[in-house]
Amino acid sequence: MTESVLFYLFSLLAVVSGASVILQRSTIASALSLVVCFFALAADYVMLDAHFVAVVQVLVYAGAIMVLFIFVIMLLNIREPGATPVGTLSNRGIIGLMAAALLGVALIAGLDGLVHTPVTAINVDLQGGQPAYGTIAAMGEELFRGNYLLPFEAVSLLLTVSMVGAVVLAKREV
Amino acid sequence: MSELWTEWGDWVVILLRCVFSVAFVMQIVPLLIWGERKGAAYIQDRPGPNRAPIDIPNPLDIPRLLGDVLAARPLVFKPIVSLRAAGLIHTLTDVVKLAFKEDITPDHVEKFYWFIAPVIAMSIALCTFAVVPFGDTFLGHQLKVSDMDGGLLFVLAMTSLGVYGIMLAGWSSNNKFSLLGGLRASAQMVSYELAMGLSAVVVFLSAGSVSLSRIAEVQGQPLSLFGVVEIPALNWNVFSPFGFLAFVLFWVAAFAETNRTPFDLPEGEAELVGGYHTEYSSFRFALFFMAEYANMIVASSVTATLFFGGYNVPLLSPATIREHADLLLGVLGLGAVPAFLTFAVVAWKRQGRPFYSVIPKDDPRQNEPKFFTAVWLGAAGAHGALGVVGFMGGLAALSAWAEMPELGGDLMAVILGITALAVKVLIGCWIMIWVRWTVPRFRYDQLMNLGWKVMLPLALGNVFAAAGWIVLRHELFGPAGGS
Repeated sequence: MTESVLFYLFSLLAVVSGASVILQRSTIASALSLVVCFFALAADYVMLDAHFVAVVQVLVYAGAIMVLFIFVIMLLNIREPGATPVGTLSNRGIIGLMAAALLGVALIAGLDGLVHTPVTAINVDLQGGQPAYGTIAAMGEELFRGNYLLPFEAVSLLLTVSMVGAVVLAKREV
Repeated sequence: MSELWTEWGDWVVILLRCVFSVAFVMQIVPLLIWGERKGAAYIQDRPGPNRAPIDIPNPLDIPRLLGDVLAARPLVFKPIVSLRAAGLIHTLTDVVKLAFKEDITPDHVEKFYWFIAPVIAMSIALCTFAVVPFGDTFLGHQLKVSDMDGGLLFVLAMTSLGVYGIMLAGWSSNNKFSLLGGLRASAQMVSYELAMGLSAVVVFLSAGSVSLSRIAEVQGQPLSLFGVVEIPALNWNVFSPFGFLAFVLFWVAAFAETNRTPFDLPEGEAELVGGYHTEYSSFRFALFFMAEYANMIVASSVTATLFFGGYNVPLLSPATIREHADLLLGVLGLGAVPAFLTFAVVAWKRQGRPFYSVIPKDDPRQNEPKFFTAVWLGAAGAHGALGVVGFMGGLAALSAWAEMPELGGDLMAVILGITALAVKVLIGCWIMIWVRWTVPRFRYDQLMNLGWKVMLPLALGNVFAAAGWIVLRHELFGPAGGS
């Protein structure tokens, strides 16, 4: 009972702060709304028993990536909001709306598939002595021993490549 | 009805846990402010907190003074003793000063962000303590606010959020010094977070969990010296080679995360006036000030839990404490009497200090040593006379009344656990104070080199070496606990 109330409260906060990200005119307010949005999402993850994802959400997105975003905003000292009028649709706006609609369709299709799958198929077996769904142990089992070893390693390789690429590109200037 | 009561009972227990963990941090803060002043005075040979006194009136004057209070007349009296209490009164006067100073809001600040920045700094610092255990269990209740699976990752996440308070303060103050302070803080904290997280991985590996409760529990097991001798409750991570290196790295990173010297570039007063809190005054400044100390306490309690056994008392495992609660109570109760008597002698001997021959003979401060001698003698007497018998009898009566035979043992374990954690935290905080008044500040490039070129590779190598050793040991000796 309490949990569902909190869940909907944090979901509302996530939606409101998400809207505020695109509606705020000052850059820093947008960035901070995004931080609040990440935070609310992390709280929702906790309610869904995904503690690890929740903590990593805060640690990586709110704690590291957004700090760097705000660092850049502060360094460039962008205080005056841009002069784009709100309410008129530019070409970019139309493309954005189309992308959003596509994402929405994809999400609904994905969720539809999930709803019709029996819960036991997504959930790791709770009775069989397996680590509970969403804990660090269960995540580790899935990532390193389960079906996701190859994608996981491929993604880490990709990240290393992009990091090396960034260093090479930045160093050329000096 | 009973179900409803159970639910309310749960809420009460949760609330009590929250209150305790906030109180634990907030109670140590004034002590640290005092410790910082005393430490600065001793280490740098400069005057410490030696002025602010509390004047105690002659008991015979009290009726007259009460009349004066009721008639709102000014209180004029000749004190019989003027207590400076080793400078502790200074902390009290500090609070009064900070609370009643004019609260200035400069015109040029970004109001909203400027107002919330100190609140963020303080509340994040207090939240971080939520996953630190201050005992194993008390009547089946866990002794920490939250038992989330994240454990130490939660601490890392929260410290990474702590930078927002400083960044926003620096940015919203709208001047270049504050902005530079905020930028330095964010760059520094992002850099040292990595080394901090990686050095803690070694502890995760040896405990097999990221939960701080589990990590503390594993360290309560006996330490085996080459399989020959077993020392009870001393399986601390700092005693293993990988754990020791991890401790050094974690501790250095903790200095950087709390912005303490030698990593206090965000407020480097020689270059940046006051850094990110230049524009703050009154209680808003006090919030930043308290947040720094709260962060120190949290950093040392996390270090104590990860590497120094947390709430574990050396040589006494929680099971031993529960079994021999009566004996321990007797030993501690009787041991306190000689300790109090020693304090009384020390207080009496302070009369011989040069200070007392410099001030006039009729100065009320002359009576200070006598007063404290009396206080300690009284404490020893009260403790010896009724303390031990009273405590032991009271404990037994309480257990019988509540029909809970395990109450006495649990109470003893919790009290000793909290004391052990507090002692470890205070030692950690004292080392931070000691370092602050001893070493100079880093230059910015030195700070970045240390973080990225020294600490990060060392921490990474340590993780690989520790993981390799654990696998190797498993292959050689079969599955075994501890490290």
